[in-house]
Amino acid sequence: MVSLVLIGHSSALLHALRAMIAQAAPAVPVATAGGTAAGNLGTSSPAFLDALRAGLAASGGDGVVVLFDLGSAAMALEMAVEELSPADRALVAVSDGPLVEGAVRASVEAAGGAARLQVLAAADAERRTAKLPPDWLASLDA
Amino acid sequence: MDELLVRWLRLAAARVGEAREHLTDLDAAIGDGDHGINLDRGFRELVHRLDTGACPADPPSRVLEAAGRTLISTVGGASGALYGRALGRAGAALAVADGVLVATGDDPRPSREARASLAFAAAVDAVAALGRATPGEKTMLDALVPARAAFAVALASGATFADAAARAADAAEDGARATIPLLATKGRASYLGERSIGHLDPGATSSALLLRALADSVADV
Repeated sequence: MVSLVLIGHSSALLHALRAMIAQAAPAVPVATAGGTAAGNLGTSSPAFLDALRAGLAASGGDGVVVLFDLGSAAMALEMAVEELSPADRALVAVSDGPLVEGAVRASVEAAGGAARLQVLAAADAERRTAKLPPDWLASLDA
Repeated sequence: MDELLVRWLRLAAARVGEAREHLTDLDAAIGDGDHGINLDRGFRELVHRLDTGACPADPPSRVLEAAGRTLISTVGGASGALYGRALGRAGAALAVADGVLVATGDDPRPSREARASLAFAAAVDAVAALGRATPGEKTMLDALVPARAAFAVALASGATFADAAARAADAAEDGARATIPLLATKGRASYLGERSIGHLDPGATSSALLLRALADSVADV
């Protein structure tokens, strides 16, 4: 099964997100890496690398979809991905989707047995999915 | 150059320690308020590894690569990735130069100036590539790019190594000051939009500080 790898600046944020995913898709393996080695808010490419390897190991060859929080995490992620073997790197897909919505949506997709690129597409699609109905504000005014 | 490199890293660590609060205050104004704290933690660890030998004292390529790895694993955040990658790529550039020398059997070794230029250029390229940034976006590059140019121009005009390093530091400080009126379009400061205008960029400031430390390390000889 495709694994999710959630990375970012805060360990607490990602652990809470993992708990939300466990409700929606308990069978999907989720690896997280947030915060610095010293336990502060921030990113750590060595920690990201560990999470990528854990996710890959749990995926049984199906690969991982990575979601991250703020833009600067992409820099540390880039450095972590470069440390992987070419074979492992080919099994890593990175989503540009929003962390919370994308991760929950992707987990449901993965739980259904979707392939890595389908899971990636589901996470990415959350970028373009409106959360509010178009008439939401208007209905408040009414 | 080996001794100079280690002397620079140690002096840089001391200067980062002195500027820790200043850098953090600058970052609190337009970022996430941890630049000085993060850099200080990383440079302290680097000094510790130099003291214990966990970070080698030579050759320069390996010193830089080990220093880069140290910053990447201990600074945390964007600055650790950027400075760590910069030092690592500078080291890799020197290692390539060493390999070319072995292959061609060239002797004598290229001058300290030539090796420093090569390493400097690789470091600045690494920051630009990883950050996907160019000068004018209120980042480290606003200090680093003019400094690299000043260094190369000075050496090409026959300046001494010490002079070139001093001119690079001058250019970096000018470049950092020139970030004040800039609108940030990269990094956390870009979230502030217009409100980023009027603030000194913490990354450009720390870059200038590191280059002033380099100039002072050379001048001390």
